[in-house]
Amino acid sequence: MSTQDASPLDSIGEYLSSRVALYAVLLFGVVFYLVPVEAAVMTMFKTDAFVNTQPYLPPAPSQFSLDSTMTAIDTIAPGIWNSILMAVPATVLSALFGSLAAYGLTTIDWRGQVGVVVLIIAGIFIPYQAVLVPISTFWYQIVPDFAEFFVGPVLSGWEYPVGNGGLQLAQLTITHVAYGIPICTLLFRGYYQAISDEMIEAARLDGASAFSIYKNIIFPLSYPMFAVTLIYQFTQVYNDLLFALVLLNDPNTQVATQRLVRLTGGVQQDFTLTMAGAIVAAFPTLIVYIFFGDQFAKGVAS
Amino acid sequence: MREILNRLTSAGGRLRSAVERDESDGKQVATDGGTAVKEGRQETLRNRLPVQWELIESSPFWLPPLFLAGLFVYGAIFWNFIISLTDWGGLGDADYSQLDFSMYTRMAGDPTFWQATQNTLVLLVVFTLFCLAMGLLIAILIDQKIRFENTFRTIYLLPMSLSFVVTATLWAWMYNASNGVLNNFLRVLNLEGLIITLLKPAAVQATTIQWLSWSTTALGAVIFALLWQFSGYAMVVFLAGLRAIPDEHYEAARVDGASTVRMYMRVIIPQLRAPAVSASVVLMVFALKAFDFIFALRGDQPGANIDILATMMYREAFTGGNEWAYGSAIAIVLFVLALLVIAPYLYSEYQRGEL
Repeated sequence: MSTQDASPLDSIGEYLSSRVALYAVLLFGVVFYLVPVEAAVMTMFKTDAFVNTQPYLPPAPSQFSLDSTMTAIDTIAPGIWNSILMAVPATVLSALFGSLAAYGLTTIDWRGQVGVVVLIIAGIFIPYQAVLVPISTFWYQIVPDFAEFFVGPVLSGWEYPVGNGGLQLAQLTITHVAYGIPICTLLFRGYYQAISDEMIEAARLDGASAFSIYKNIIFPLSYPMFAVTLIYQFTQVYNDLLFALVLLNDPNTQVATQRLVRLTGGVQQDFTLTMAGAIVAAFPTLIVYIFFGDQFAKGVAS
Repeated sequence: MREILNRLTSAGGRLRSAVERDESDGKQVATDGGTAVKEGRQETLRNRLPVQWELIESSPFWLPPLFLAGLFVYGAIFWNFIISLTDWGGLGDADYSQLDFSMYTRMAGDPTFWQATQNTLVLLVVFTLFCLAMGLLIAILIDQKIRFENTFRTIYLLPMSLSFVVTATLWAWMYNASNGVLNNFLRVLNLEGLIITLLKPAAVQATTIQWLSWSTTALGAVIFALLWQFSGYAMVVFLAGLRAIPDEHYEAARVDGASTVRMYMRVIIPQLRAPAVSASVVLMVFALKAFDFIFALRGDQPGANIDILATMMYREAFTGGNEWAYGSAIAIVLFVLALLVIAPYLYSEYQRGEL
């Protein structure tokens, strides 16, 4: 040992002090990551008059108020419902498409498939601004024109309900499915590359079709990866603001992020209300995170 | 129709079984004759097929997703580029008969555009580097066989689950000039005056620190809030990388008498190149997409201090004056920036056989 001349007690002391420093730094990290959330929670339960008194301290009993929280729930909750209505099908469909694409591009080998993989995967990195104008033109002009041309003559007198909020929500869902496919494909492809070929080869020699191999072997094997992908993709879709801003203009179908922006965007900043709004809007993803934190971490890391 | 399909599938099946029979023949040949014969036979039979059977067999699985994603990604970007060559104002139909680069020349002469580009690049580089450094540091600390590792990790990653909009709302409260959390804290420590003298831009009269509107602090404040949100992500990626390094490397460094710092600098960190590259690509993509954050932080006002290309594009195309063609041109610049970030990454992944 190189530290033979030092007494054992010294090295224990050194070890202890380094451990204490280590935990001190880690706890400082905890404070850093939790303070904004903590300050928001403290503020949302105060009356407006007491916002100024040290925002990170809990409200004294006389300052405690649920008014802002209730207002925030009233304002944001319909948006949360719209968000979930849109995010759940978008998440499930993009995960399913991703899994199918990854199966076709990983388990079945053919020359040149890497080209297709790159074509799909590159979609992860597209800045959404680069597709915003075409996407809005597509949903607001092309699709209605198309529907009028083909469906219009059949149902004369029936108008394509562009202004219908539910339809806009469906359009937003389809958009999110399309842009979710690349990341889902990447996640599933990494997973399928690790699956051993022997079982699949055996099934193939038994004459199983590609689809029955997917249905009976690959799909059941993918449950853990579906969990990861669904959690990751749900937070992504639920948290999006940009597409919703462009594709939803009906106040009834605005999603949670949109309603929160409207709440914070006012001229007069009401911080008890905006903090309550932020916590309420974050609630669904926080719930997902609290219950599936480890899977979320796995999804993020992969 | 059905009959044709049936015939096609049975023909495919026959082709497949022919290939399989041939492959099993090949194996038998290989056992007594060597590999060259086997590979040779397979190749000739494959070459006789006009299209690989595997391509046809797998296409129902990947073709619909490729079509949907491709239409929305490549189709939309190509169309966006065409729109950027028009002078479409958003109303009525675009006039595609006269295409020119006038929007791009207009952009080159627009000081707002150059400011936004500069801010985008600063955000991209500074945020990514700081985020990597911070994530690496926390990952190393967490990797010291500590207690409650899961709890620490969960807390550090928590902001990542929040939306940009929620983060922006929280940090608007942190940075609020008159009674926000940060200024309140600095006031308690008696540091407010010192920071005002140090950071206040020359022309401004102020008694409180206005983090988000001072030219000296605005971009830094945005970057700091984004660090709060995404350093946990960098940590998770680096932690996975650290766990992949075999224990012997640590042991070897210890036996050689290297100090902990030297061990990490010389032995461990150099092995984290792959996680660093993949984390920085994702972080840069987040930075390019930081639109939601700045939009929620500041509303739709043009403010040169924290205007990035993404917010400028949205303002020009959707709220400012419905300048769809101009917005599309800015979007193309943003897309090219993203391409410069990801193309080398995708290429190196391809070279390493990771894709």
